[in-house]
Amino acid sequence: MSQKSKKHHEPFIHIVKRDELAPAKAWGIRIGAIVLGVLLIGLISSILTGEGFFEVYEIMFRGVFGRLFEGKTNMLWKFLQDTAILLCLGLAVAPAFKMKFWNCGAEGQALIGGLAGMFCMIQFGGKLPEFFLVPLVIAVSIIAGAIWGVIPAIFKAKWNTNETLFTLMMNYMATQLIAYYVYIVGGGSNVINPVSTGALPVIGNLQYLTNILIVALLTVAVYVYLKYSKQGYEIAVVGESQNTARYIGINVKKVVLRTMMLSGAICGVAGMLLVAGTDHSINTNTVGGQGFTAIMVAWLGKFNPAIMTLMAGLIIFLRTGAAKVADLNFLNSSFADISVGVVILLLVGCEFFIQYSVRLRHGKKGV
Amino acid sequence: MIVEFISRAILLSIPLLYGATGEILTEKSGHLNLGIPGIMYGGAIGGVIGAFLYENACGNAAENMNPILTILIPLLTSILFSVLMGLIYSFMTVTLRANQNVTGLALTTFGIGLGNFFGGSLVKLVQSDLPSIALTKTSKIFKAELPFAKDLGWFGEIFLSHDFLAYAAIAIALIATFILNRTRVGLNLRAVGENPATADAAGINVTAYKYIATCIGSAVAGLGGLQYVMAYADGVWSNNAFGDRGWMAIALVIFALWKPSMAILGAFLFGALCNANNYVQGLGTETQELFKMLPYVVTLIVLIITSLRKKREHQPPESLGLPYFREER
Amino acid sequence: MANQAAIELKNITKTFGSVVANKNVNLRANRGEILSILGENGSGKTTLMNMISGIYFPDEGEIFIDGEPAVIASPKDAFDYKIGMIHQHFKLVDVFSAAENIILGLEEQGRYNLKAAEERISAICDQYGFELDPKKKIYTMAVSEKQTVEIIKVLYRGADILILDEPTAVLTPQETQKLFAVLRRMREDGKCIIIITHKLHEVLSLSDKVAVLRKGEYVGTVETAKTSEAELTEMMVGKKISLNIERSEPKDAQVRLEVHHVDCSNREGTLVLDDVSFHVNAGEILGIAGIAGSGQRELLEVIAGLQKSDSGAVLYHNPKTGNVDNLQNKTPLQIRELGVRLSFVPEDRLGMGLVGNMDITDNMMLRSYRRGKSAFLERKGPKDLAEKIIEDLEVVTPGATTPVRRLSGGNVQKVLVGREIAASPTVLMAAYPVRGLDINSSYTIYNLLNQQKEKGVAVIFVGEDLDVLLELCDRILVIGSGKVTGILDGRTATKEQVGLLMTKTEGGEQK
Repeated sequence: MSQKSKKHHEPFIHIVKRDELAPAKAWGIRIGAIVLGVLLIGLISSILTGEGFFEVYEIMFRGVFGRLFEGKTNMLWKFLQDTAILLCLGLAVAPAFKMKFWNCGAEGQALIGGLAGMFCMIQFGGKLPEFFLVPLVIAVSIIAGAIWGVIPAIFKAKWNTNETLFTLMMNYMATQLIAYYVYIVGGGSNVINPVSTGALPVIGNLQYLTNILIVALLTVAVYVYLKYSKQGYEIAVVGESQNTARYIGINVKKVVLRTMMLSGAICGVAGMLLVAGTDHSINTNTVGGQGFTAIMVAWLGKFNPAIMTLMAGLIIFLRTGAAKVADLNFLNSSFADISVGVVILLLVGCEFFIQYSVRLRHGKKGV
Repeated sequence: MIVEFISRAILLSIPLLYGATGEILTEKSGHLNLGIPGIMYGGAIGGVIGAFLYENACGNAAENMNPILTILIPLLTSILFSVLMGLIYSFMTVTLRANQNVTGLALTTFGIGLGNFFGGSLVKLVQSDLPSIALTKTSKIFKAELPFAKDLGWFGEIFLSHDFLAYAAIAIALIATFILNRTRVGLNLRAVGENPATADAAGINVTAYKYIATCIGSAVAGLGGLQYVMAYADGVWSNNAFGDRGWMAIALVIFALWKPSMAILGAFLFGALCNANNYVQGLGTETQELFKMLPYVVTLIVLIITSLRKKREHQPPESLGLPYFREER
Repeated sequence: MANQAAIELKNITKTFGSVVANKNVNLRANRGEILSILGENGSGKTTLMNMISGIYFPDEGEIFIDGEPAVIASPKDAFDYKIGMIHQHFKLVDVFSAAENIILGLEEQGRYNLKAAEERISAICDQYGFELDPKKKIYTMAVSEKQTVEIIKVLYRGADILILDEPTAVLTPQETQKLFAVLRRMREDGKCIIIITHKLHEVLSLSDKVAVLRKGEYVGTVETAKTSEAELTEMMVGKKISLNIERSEPKDAQVRLEVHHVDCSNREGTLVLDDVSFHVNAGEILGIAGIAGSGQRELLEVIAGLQKSDSGAVLYHNPKTGNVDNLQNKTPLQIRELGVRLSFVPEDRLGMGLVGNMDITDNMMLRSYRRGKSAFLERKGPKDLAEKIIEDLEVVTPGATTPVRRLSGGNVQKVLVGREIAASPTVLMAAYPVRGLDINSSYTIYNLLNQQKEKGVAVIFVGEDLDVLLELCDRILVIGSGKVTGILDGRTATKEQVGLLMTKTEGGEQK
């Protein structure tokens, strides 16, 4: 009977957009993806290293949070510091992404912010009093980041120049500027010796606490800004529909410029924290590609700083933990990047099952 | 010295050309694949693994190695790695409709990690003193040049002294141009990238085109990684040595206005710009670093000019970066 | 075999989420015949045809081609059955030439040869009387040329069954006549032609049979020769309903808004508003009638400050200050700052008037969020307003925190109109405010407009249903191809008068 229509079969599976999945269920799927990813990493690690499946997790936990080796510093602070920096960059790109402006330039904006701060630390160190120099370093970093961020926005607003590609290009221009500066200052040695003038004050003996506190404040600020401020509301409207924004009289170009300035400024903060807060030096690898990881933090956290904090923590946990597992077993430390990549890909992929449902077609004719 | 400069610029341009041609094929299907830098790492390490295994299988003796297999095995393992990564990207963005930028960036993280992981592991395996692994025997065969190239002076050095993958890059770019502009498949592919709904209504299998274009594009880009290791770096893999070339390849796509034939010229120009610092007299190292910024600056200028002039033929594929779902309402 | 239908649908059903677009639809069309599918906007005509052309796949039911059961899972399958669809929104690649678009996706034998294709296209043009340059790029073409490309595209593929979705919506009357001549020639050629439309006079002048859909359901098929406009209307809208819309006399009319000689061109540089002049009084409803796409949208957007005009003036008579302000080429914000209380219910509700992903409260805020000096939002007022609108207008929603995209069309519109009215406007513009709404929601909207009018608001109502326009409006402005072709008194005008002015093309013919 069905021979005539041999060449046209009914589609085997059929994909339909879901009405709406309850938030609890949606998060259930996401957590499921994370668990799956973590299990996968554990499995691969234990195959590669010969460690027992559960020992792998023990190493990860102790490597991230505990004192794995006698006499070494508690790793927890390092974990919080790394999370803070990644989160800070995520907070920077979140407003831009919420506006549907693909700021792939967090890396460069942070580097330029750090570079400007470094410049002040070196140039005015010893010449200006510290109480004046530190705020100057902070301000200059923020302004430099904002400028680097607003340049692509100007072209986007004026001529609709593709911002993804524009911001990507600006990353590498920033990298080269730093290479140039490092060479000048370092006198050909490719390193700038740590400069302590103009550095952020250390609270107590805790090297990272200042950074962590600043990012914690920033997290709350960005949360409030996006959710409760008029400007945050404008960002949401522009991101959802530029037509609606125009209809209610929002100046879309102004919002784009302002938001990118903010995005760049927060990147500048991240760069400043790295340079004036931790490293007291700069090189082309200071941000270390975290500007890109931050995009995933913002995306996976749905631009909500609270969820983003968890995402940043998760990524740093995986990265540090997997690196520790690799380290102890003479594997290459890049195992960490693979682990993070696997979990992110799973998380990005699982969104599909939240938005769509897959239905199998009932074979009516008994096919 | 000019001859050396040009010859060197060509050598530098080849990985970029592979990457750009691969990315153009992918972008023509509407995919802005920011995973290309990772895929190029994947292609490179795939080739390294293949070559490493074959060299070991031959007992590390050059006389045991069959030249054809020496080339074929790394070539296939390289393509295998990059196509697998292309498949991951296609599956995520086409089937699971994930965001292209996020998927691409995650894939780049993954790919660079993959490259460095296997690379680093191999280094540990051979217990080398240097943080690198040398496949000089394989490289020698990859780099075999025409026997009479040396006798032809400057002409020989510029045009005939390169490895076969370099010529293949140019051939692939030209073939890609031909396919895009002169064949039905190319017409269909361009339609998919411009307006998938239209292509779909015209009976084109949009999903298949997106998958195949992305995977072939990934394979081509991955060859760029292979060529870099085997020819440019003389078979020496060291972690992160490939650097930012993947991103530069993406820049090159814009510079070439999405035309593979233009990418040949563009790649040469980029190669020359990257290289110029070594040949301009009296440059300090610091200025050389600034010189390296030139390819990006030039790309930005091209990007701005194309957006200014708004000539329709010079714009990115219209649906670049957008997902397609037929029953979306 | 002779009486075998070229295409037959049996019990086709298609749903989108909770919306039933087609329910148990049956249909037959023969070769050498033109079948019209008639139905109001939103009656499921396009969804039905999309299932024949493979864009959608039916949830239930069967399709037969020449008596054989057929599974059309993709547009490619449709081509294999020689079905060609000309979509309302053209499916063309802008940067391609006409010829490239036409041969797109074809699996012809032999080498890719654009030249040969161009020659064949010219031959098809000659056969049916089209005019087309195959080398011309789509983005340089006028709308009617693009449509020609679409039609040739399906003919080139040897389609026997042609489906045209609202083909005349974008055409001038002359172009429409040309198209009809071509379609008749195709009918003589033995092709089966299905044309979707909601224009009765076209149905009557062109087709052999008419199938009528109403709200996704199949009402019946009649032969054109044996039917009348009245019968078709009744089938289309259901029982003949006397609209019974209240209409009070405008009281002491004052001019509120004047539009003087406004010209406006679109991005391609063609004139979409040509020397438009009229005025609206406070306390009246001015209806705007016209074929879709005659410049209605641009006119409202020029007034609202969303589109720039080339010349002319938009004068607002401020009832508070007595000032007359020119609103031309001011931004919406500048207009607001002048103290003009202008509310606008745009045609594109979820794309412009509201943000689909935001909840009702946040959508209320669109108009009011700027209030106050604080840098932070005040959500209390908007939340109260949202709850008031939900209660007063009987919006069916789980609550004020539901994203508006999850509401049904009628409820979305109540939210939007409710918000616009809450701003206590002096001018209220509404573009197709009842499109896609059920009868009850439509009446809610009519009543709201009437209430506003009685409050002394100058109401501009762009509609498509002539009966409604004639019963609701005090005056009716008719627009045709961007020109005002006439302004009629709503109480004395007849449907025929309005219809005639709508299709009049040259303003200059009137002496």
